[in-house]
Amino acid sequence: MIELIAGKYNYWIYITLMMIGFYAVIAKGNLIKKIIGLNIFQTAVFLFYISLAVRKGSTAPILIQSTYGALTPETATYTNPLPHVLILTAIVVGVSVTAVALALAIRIYRAYGTLDEHKIARMEQEAK
Amino acid sequence: MSSHFPILLVLFPLFGALLTFFSGLTRQKWAWYIAILATFLSFAISLDLLFSVHTNGRISYHLGGWAPPWGIEYVVDIFSGYVLVVVAFISLMIAIFSGEYVKKQIGPERETNFFAIYLLLVTGLLGMVITGDIFNVYVFLEIASLSGYALVAVGKKKGAIVASYNYLILGTIGAVFVLLGIGHLYMVTGTLNMADLQERLPALYHSRVVLTAFVFFVIGFGLKFALFPLHTWLLSAHSLAPSAVSAILAAAVLKVNLYALMRVMFTVFTPAFIYETVPIAEILFIIAPIAIILSSVMALAQTNIKRMLAYSSIGQIGYIVLGIALANETALTGSLLHILNHALMKGGLFLIAGVIIYQTDRYHITDWKGLGKTMPLTMITFTICGLSMIGVPLTVGFVSKWFLAVGALEAGRWYFIPVILASSLLTAMYFWRIIEWGYFHEPDDPADAADRCAVPWGMMNPIMLIAFLIVFFGVFASIPQELAHKAAVMLLGVR
Amino acid sequence: MEMVSSPLPLYAIATSLVAAGLIRLSHNHVNLREFWTIGAALIKFSLVAVMLRHVLAGQSLSYHVFTVLPGLDIAFKVDPLGIFFAFTASLLWIVTSFYSIGYVRALDEHAQTRYFSFFAIALAATMGVAFAANLFTAFIFYEIITFCTFPLVAHKQTPEAIGGARRYLTYLLGTSVAFQLPALFLVYFAAGTLDFAAGGIMAGKGSDTLIIVTFALFIAGIAKAAVMPFHSWLPAAMVAPTPVSALLHAVAVVKTGVFMILRVVLDVFGIELLGDIGLGTILAYVASFTIVVSSVIALRQDNLKARLAYSTISQLSYVVLGAALLAPAAVTGGIMHIVLHAFGKITLFFTAGAIYVAAHKTKVSELDGIGRTMPVTMAAFTIGALSMIGLPPLGGFLSKWYIALGAVESGHFPIILVLAVSTILNACYFMPIVYSAFFKPPKKETSGHANPGHSHGADEHVFWLWRKLGIQEAPPLMVAALTFTAAGTILLFFVPGDFLKLAQFIVGG
Repeated sequence: MIELIAGKYNYWIYITLMMIGFYAVIAKGNLIKKIIGLNIFQTAVFLFYISLAVRKGSTAPILIQSTYGALTPETATYTNPLPHVLILTAIVVGVSVTAVALALAIRIYRAYGTLDEHKIARMEQEAK
Repeated sequence: MSSHFPILLVLFPLFGALLTFFSGLTRQKWAWYIAILATFLSFAISLDLLFSVHTNGRISYHLGGWAPPWGIEYVVDIFSGYVLVVVAFISLMIAIFSGEYVKKQIGPERETNFFAIYLLLVTGLLGMVITGDIFNVYVFLEIASLSGYALVAVGKKKGAIVASYNYLILGTIGAVFVLLGIGHLYMVTGTLNMADLQERLPALYHSRVVLTAFVFFVIGFGLKFALFPLHTWLLSAHSLAPSAVSAILAAAVLKVNLYALMRVMFTVFTPAFIYETVPIAEILFIIAPIAIILSSVMALAQTNIKRMLAYSSIGQIGYIVLGIALANETALTGSLLHILNHALMKGGLFLIAGVIIYQTDRYHITDWKGLGKTMPLTMITFTICGLSMIGVPLTVGFVSKWFLAVGALEAGRWYFIPVILASSLLTAMYFWRIIEWGYFHEPDDPADAADRCAVPWGMMNPIMLIAFLIVFFGVFASIPQELAHKAAVMLLGVR
Repeated sequence: MEMVSSPLPLYAIATSLVAAGLIRLSHNHVNLREFWTIGAALIKFSLVAVMLRHVLAGQSLSYHVFTVLPGLDIAFKVDPLGIFFAFTASLLWIVTSFYSIGYVRALDEHAQTRYFSFFAIALAATMGVAFAANLFTAFIFYEIITFCTFPLVAHKQTPEAIGGARRYLTYLLGTSVAFQLPALFLVYFAAGTLDFAAGGIMAGKGSDTLIIVTFALFIAGIAKAAVMPFHSWLPAAMVAPTPVSALLHAVAVVKTGVFMILRVVLDVFGIELLGDIGLGTILAYVASFTIVVSSVIALRQDNLKARLAYSTISQLSYVVLGAALLAPAAVTGGIMHIVLHAFGKITLFFTAGAIYVAAHKTKVSELDGIGRTMPVTMAAFTIGALSMIGLPPLGGFLSKWYIALGAVESGHFPIILVLAVSTILNACYFMPIVYSAFFKPPKKETSGHANPGHSHGADEHVFWLWRKLGIQEAPPLMVAALTFTAAGTILLFFVPGDFLKLAQFIVGG
């Protein structure tokens, strides 16, 4: 049991973070807080990807001059670079999503004069 | 040149978007022309790709010359070729339609931005379909989604912004789930290429990580294509967005997300996994009939025409999902046909709703009084689309329902037939009342008949073409049926 | 039977479709528009007559139009049963066209163009059902009839008319989608084909349960035959203008229903298969129930057209009964009843319309003494009524005779009792009308002269003698039409000729 928790602590961290973000998205009434929650949610997944790549005692995958003069990467000890690259893309996407969401929040505020989800819903009901 | 078609298919709308944006700085008018040109080129290429796939088989294109599984691979097989044509065709139709529509309903000052974002959306959709790399699916998914959120918000209605915001929140959660699914698969296999994943996964079918990944994919894409009960965002997004946007959302965006899930289910995982290892079919057997019936009942309760159409989409998705769950060639052929058929019908219906709102600015079905007299052409096309939604023979709607029903019998699950028929009857009820308002009530003010006839031809032509195709493919159904059948055989044949 | 490929059936269908288009185009030229209707009716009839010659010469025409999907074809086949129905319908369309023109002009109806064009489409679809070579084609045209008669039933566009039309659509579309379509699925699933074939396609293709379920679905799904409990659309459809009720709800629509049942019994299941399982007997008793019960209901109707509608429900079940007895003579009688009832009932509806146009009366209780002002009309009514009852010098007798013969042949003696009871009931609801029309004095407040504003211009000079006698008939076109059909009712008894030959042909194989 201890091993399950301690050995895979990176997963536990990402799941905890994800749940925090998810909670904020679902439970918060303020549209900005929801966006913050969404960011935490996404970041959790980024961390998951990064932690996938890591091995104990590994270094960056840079070619090392070995004692015999050949340029060979030491495959056993380098960190997988691909997840990093993927997550760079995902971060860009995340930033874009945040940007669009914030832009929408601004327009909602201009249109309704509030950022409270429930108040907006009530105003929409009344408009009908 | 033609060997680079797979990438050009995606690049035309992408560069079209850029070009639109920059040309808009000086020449606003160009936006529309560029959009039509770009989508037309994509459509032509997709047709060419489909033909060559049909005769020569699978096309694999290595992006930047990097061989898979390291590089990104674009794959055109009979399934993706078929969906590409559907998506490109619908995009072209809606691009043509949007010229006049955007000017009046969204405002001439936003024309450039609208078309730039529209082309980005098309880029994302086409990319999602053609790519053979699962991470690339995610990237294109986000391109399509982000432009989708923006397009929903572009409407004049205040509620559209809130709808867009909710769509964004749920859409992003869906996308993140997909990303998690990809991460889990990568964790155990170390590859992102779909064909490569297919080879490596069978050894791991009973691993819990793979199972988790599958669940993430189903929920993630399910959120995106409004799989009941994950559909709540769809109602307001589809009903409050400008009609041209609703049309592309319902006709293409839903379909492409559904395509992506099918791709993951059949190509990354295999029929052996989805039908024998996980109980996904049993779950869908419960979800699909509820979605089909409930959405029809709810659609019947709506008086806002666009909300009614939005509800009906959920049921139509249910049909496609039902065909997947039935797991035989006939039913899956029905599902694949329904991708085309529903794209035509719902795209057409939203465009027609757009025309009527364009002319009268009315959403309520009782406002359609006497439209048979004042807008005869619009009403005829609406009737055709409506009859097809009901599933009347000699329209496309009948063909897919026929395959689903026979497929249900073949699977020994005859009890889905009453579900399909009950929904047809409910559909008949909610479309017939509109047809009745249109034809059997006199218009309030017959004098404005001449005025209402003046719908720009740019808007009417795509609608008439779609209505024509609904009948054409209903009569000569063997053309799409052959393709869909071939695709179904291919998907189920993966072992 | 020799098979010949010929596009004639397609032409017969296309004739009135083309006419519908022309009618639409010439909506500003009233006479030209009416010319198209009459012209199409005549051309269609001659085409059908040509095909009839072929069939009588022992040829069967067939034509494959196109394939929707493998196994689902649009194809036509002209066989004795089909041509029998097509001949009846196309002959009566000519008469009804003349009658319609008189009717809508006398009443100055609105939306006449829509009326005539949908009428033409309905006839095209009726031909389509008659000539359908498979269940799929038949189903499509069956649905087209439903849809394109909706505007005819809703013609008046009053809330009442739209309500009635909606009920009409709900019943017909609802049952066909809910029951007939799954029956199609089951037949296709079991037999692998939907083509009609003499002797049936279902024999040995499925378990008894499957056959019973499919058969029940068909009977419930073909609501146009108005077998109880799927009958109540027919009285609801009586809100339609009378010529519509006459042709569509005495001939085209309802006969399409019984025709489909005959097709299903003869060419999908086959008499032998149904006899083995004993399904015929059940259907025979359902039909008998309908015959008796709807006659009783008809007794209580005061609205003339409603009474006729319930009478139609009862008479339609004669055809179903004839088919259900599964005996050659009874089937012959059932088939004969299609044409005999058509002539009789169309006469009755024509007279109802004539009374409405000339005297603006719709209720049975208002008809006292109307025989004095409208002698021709009421004479025709009497002939039609007697034919319904089944008295010997009239057509209706023939079919009842054959059905009774078949009942004896197959040993279903209770059916004879049903026929007897029904005859008495028929007499009970028709004869009082005849009696009061001719022998009761007209009621004061509703005398025929209460309607002086309704004159017919030039006609008055022609019929000056009539006027002198206090006669106020409907316009001559209408009177001519109803005289023609009344004469036909008598004639059919003496020279059933080709009809009987065809009917025996069908049964004999």
